[in-house]
Amino acid sequence: MKGRIWAFLVPFFSVVIALLIAAVVIVLIGQNPVIAYKAMIEGAFGDLQALADTIIKTTPLILTGLAVGFGFRAGIFNIGAEGQMIMGAILATVVGMNMRGVPPSLAIPLTMIAGMLGGAVWASIAGYLKAKTGAHEVVTTIMLNWIATYISSYLITGPLAVGSGTPKSPEIAPSAKLPPIVTVGALEMTSGIVISIITAVVIYIVLEKTRTGYEVKATGFNPYAAEYGGISISKNIVMSMAISGALAGLAGALEVMGLHHRFLGTLSGGKGFDGISIALIGQNHPIGIIFASFLIASLRTGSSNMQFVGVPKHIVTIIQGIVIFLVAADRIVKTLFRARKVRR
Amino acid sequence: MKILEVLWNIFTNPLFYKLTLTASTPLLFASLGGVFSEITGVVNIALEGIMLLGAFSSVVITYYTGNVWLGFLLSIPIGVGFSWFHAWASIKWRGNQIVSATALILVAQGLTGFLMEPIFGQPGQTPYVGRINEISIPGVSKIPFLREAIGTISPIVLLAFALVAFAWFLIYKTPLGLRMRAVGENPEAADTLGVDVFKIRYFGVLMSGALASMGGAFLSIGEVGNFRELMTGGRGFIALAAMILGNWNPVGAMWACLLFGMSEALANQLQSSPLLNVPATVKPLFNLFPFVVTLVVVAGLIGRTRPPAADGVPYEKEE
Repeated sequence: MKGRIWAFLVPFFSVVIALLIAAVVIVLIGQNPVIAYKAMIEGAFGDLQALADTIIKTTPLILTGLAVGFGFRAGIFNIGAEGQMIMGAILATVVGMNMRGVPPSLAIPLTMIAGMLGGAVWASIAGYLKAKTGAHEVVTTIMLNWIATYISSYLITGPLAVGSGTPKSPEIAPSAKLPPIVTVGALEMTSGIVISIITAVVIYIVLEKTRTGYEVKATGFNPYAAEYGGISISKNIVMSMAISGALAGLAGALEVMGLHHRFLGTLSGGKGFDGISIALIGQNHPIGIIFASFLIASLRTGSSNMQFVGVPKHIVTIIQGIVIFLVAADRIVKTLFRARKVRR
Repeated sequence: MKILEVLWNIFTNPLFYKLTLTASTPLLFASLGGVFSEITGVVNIALEGIMLLGAFSSVVITYYTGNVWLGFLLSIPIGVGFSWFHAWASIKWRGNQIVSATALILVAQGLTGFLMEPIFGQPGQTPYVGRINEISIPGVSKIPFLREAIGTISPIVLLAFALVAFAWFLIYKTPLGLRMRAVGENPEAADTLGVDVFKIRYFGVLMSGALASMGGAFLSIGEVGNFRELMTGGRGFIALAAMILGNWNPVGAMWACLLFGMSEALANQLQSSPLLNVPATVKPLFNLFPFVVTLVVVAGLIGRTRPPAADGVPYEKEE
């Protein structure tokens, strides 16, 4: 019970402390933090369009958060969600482009599966290397991120390039596009959010109610004990990495299918890295991850609005960093909290 | 075979070797930093973030003082101060070291992007602030080939290689080095013998901050003379891989950094080679080289390397 309360309190107070520190930073560059945060809240929830934008941004974050969180549960630190998302988006685009004439009931799942496959294969490389040679996944997934980035920028200016101006791929077939839920002005809020939330629930069930989930958690908790208990570590590492990658790949696929309808190269823009923050704030719990994604997405949409009052949007990355730092050293937060209670 | 001719031209060109040294230098600083931190038992994947902050702060200081050397030197305490947070979280609070370091990378990325506008009035890239001039080495200027390769070179490159010798001597030939290794291998035993485990670990992490910061400063005011957003481009992680490949040993790390530096130089030369008849769209693919080399090397050569036994394990002093 006590653990569960901390699981909520530590991220909560981390966010509060981070916002306070960021307020000091805002003061230091000569701006008013009250005005800045007011602009941020308006930018994130001020009207229907702002809210729709926040939800659009939440969609891929739930999946990259799940990707990192699932890895954490298996004892793997997957920094590669970024690259896996790119590979998922590329494969989904290539399949989605060729879905002309195929009914949506078939085209949508096929394109999604392609995205998941792209991410899964890309992540499996790191999983396989870790299982076979012990190569640390932090180093290998980072390398795979860069390799994916360069491959995508090559594809988008070379074989997949279409039209002139900004590099872009051809549009995917209309039947592979996700139908929007609401349209506000030029903004289409896609049904991808529903898929993301369903995925979170599925991952929750897999982790808590299935044998696979038990093995994954056992491997993450204590690999030696798990091996002794008859669970194959190397099989589990590769499988967990593949599932983690599939989730990130799906994030990439949904961005293509629901938002851009084509591959734009540098689509990820740090969403894979955001997955780390989200997994930590959500304490690796799929449902916690949904709320954490909404929080980070609100900060992101809100920060764009903050720029109008003179505060660079990078403040969000600083806030995220401070939150993660405090979650990493959660004893700082616990000590602060206890000290305050004693004084009362 | 055209490609063989191109490769022959590259490898016989003295400038290629100069480029290799220059590309290895930032990696070398950061990699030595990694050795210092991990040998005392603290994993520091924040090198990427510290480098980025070092690159930025040296440009800012140069911008305000007009002196590149001040920029270089004063970025060191900034790197030390920044790495202190990682030391504090992982040593005092026994936090998860990889997570804490990831946090610092984010803070560095955010902070450098954030401060660009208030200080320079423009996002993305700072104006040119000046760079550290190359010096000519007297004896070498008479020897053909070497003259073009290292006859004139940045003093920071020389400093990096001098620091390899310094690090090797400190770690393997001094009592402090012995204590550092003891703390990284078996903190309990070191503690029993009266070594202050916490102090030694702080020293290791703060040294990594100083070194990684110099590596970053070389990237900005050592080479191009300005700062671009996220300009470290994964070099902190390659430095980490070099440290692993070099078996947590300064000299080993040096050879690994030279390997990665050479693959970066090769990628660079292949892209600019007029002989190689490939479309402009394919050329950026050569940038993959250092990353693929890292991947192959980390995957293929591990098993022969062994980290310090207590690397990444927080130490809890018994009351």
